[in-house]
Amino acid sequence: MKKTGLIMVIVTGILLIAGTTEFPDWADPNSPASSHVSPYYILKAIDDTAVPNVVSAVLADYRGYDTMFETAVIFAAGLACFFLLRQFNRKRAKTKMYRHVPTGIIIDIDEGGKLPEENSNFERIDSQWTPYDLIIKTTCRIIIPFIQVFALYVIIHGHHSPGGGFQGGVILGATIILFAISHDLRTTIKRLSEKMASVFSSMGVFLFAATGMLCLLLGSVYLDYSALSDLLGTDPVMARSHGILIIEIGVGLSVMAVMIWLYYNLSSAGKHNEGL
Amino acid sequence: MEEITALLVSRYNYWAFIVLMMVGLYGMIAKNNLVKKIIGMNIFQTAIILFYVSIGAKKDATIPIIEHGHHGEEVVIKAVDYINPLPHVLMLTAIVVSVATLGVALALAIRVYRQYNTLEENEIKSQLSEE
Amino acid sequence: MVWQFDVIILTLVIVCGIGALAVKDLIGAAILFSAYSFLMCLLWAIMGAVDVAFTEASVGAGVSTVLFVAAVFQTRRRSKD
Repeated sequence: MKKTGLIMVIVTGILLIAGTTEFPDWADPNSPASSHVSPYYILKAIDDTAVPNVVSAVLADYRGYDTMFETAVIFAAGLACFFLLRQFNRKRAKTKMYRHVPTGIIIDIDEGGKLPEENSNFERIDSQWTPYDLIIKTTCRIIIPFIQVFALYVIIHGHHSPGGGFQGGVILGATIILFAISHDLRTTIKRLSEKMASVFSSMGVFLFAATGMLCLLLGSVYLDYSALSDLLGTDPVMARSHGILIIEIGVGLSVMAVMIWLYYNLSSAGKHNEGL
Repeated sequence: MEEITALLVSRYNYWAFIVLMMVGLYGMIAKNNLVKKIIGMNIFQTAIILFYVSIGAKKDATIPIIEHGHHGEEVVIKAVDYINPLPHVLMLTAIVVSVATLGVALALAIRVYRQYNTLEENEIKSQLSEE
Repeated sequence: MVWQFDVIILTLVIVCGIGALAVKDLIGAAILFSAYSFLMCLLWAIMGAVDVAFTEASVGAGVSTVLFVAAVFQTRRRSKD
């Protein structure tokens, strides 16, 4: 297999390199890819949408359908991961381990034993539990809110600087993953449950599609945000700018939730109790 | 000789991308471990994305964010001054989708491990032929 | 664009890609893949694709490494080739 693979790879590589002789020079401003559609976007983006970042304008406005179905694909991936891995009817562990928080004493409770009350000083822990590292835990606790504010800034400010729904959503999801790594999965799921992640991820796609539908109902084309101008009380150009913001928020919500959901399922292999 | 040098200078980027892509393809074909195959798939993916983004590159141009865009003043915009934004848009979504497909691929690998207790392709194959 | 930087980063990217496929320890492979992603992000920043570079820095070097480590944690760390 290795030899056949190597021969195949080398032959394909030589064919591709032979193909590059027909290409335009690298970074040629007059290459066919840069001389047909893209000048329109660069010249008209400000007049049409009042968004200086052309990438955001094209992503959410001119090519809105593309982005909408990409978001749907991401949502579908989260769903697929859930269906592949999630285990519900597993055998319950015979002994449950509890830790007394003030003293750090760990007790095992056998099946049928009396469990501690909800609000007592005991907390349920995993069988592979290791003591939290104080420095890592504290640092993460301090730094996570700042990262989240930065992520929100990235989503909101996507019109004027690099960024937007995808990047901001991923950073938001990464903060929750950071929390899960520095603490443990059980604490994280208590804060942001799986149900919430699934609802958020579908809500993002829904927000996107519903905005398009609203444009349709107001008598314009699907995803033509200038139809929202009466509703938002602005002129059509600014309405398109605001429409892009709504779309970015939807995308960010969906991407964030799917990243968290993927992590929950992958890190615990679908059991959701004993994770990384 | 001069021609070859000129060709090398104008094409070395493309050739590097092709080498990268072939590294990924080799990983997908010849590696035995499923996680290694997934890494190969990702390298392949990023090589293609790199190629697309490099199509949009322009000499002596700046990033595709219109200058003085939010002051409302009349500025003459020239298309040659800004890098082609279209490949960026298409590839931006492709990157995020690639992490989603990575998640599904790893989920499949974990399922395979749960069933056969190994990630090596030849061991899975021999277990399948025994049944 | 400075072509020297370009050549250096392209070489490092190829080295990291080959390394990620060659290492037998899968956690090591995940870390090398993260380095690969980050170098790729630098390459895109050089080409002026800031949005793509930003996405790759957060997605490729951040989340996908975590997913790899999580999956390896659930399966086996050693690879035979």
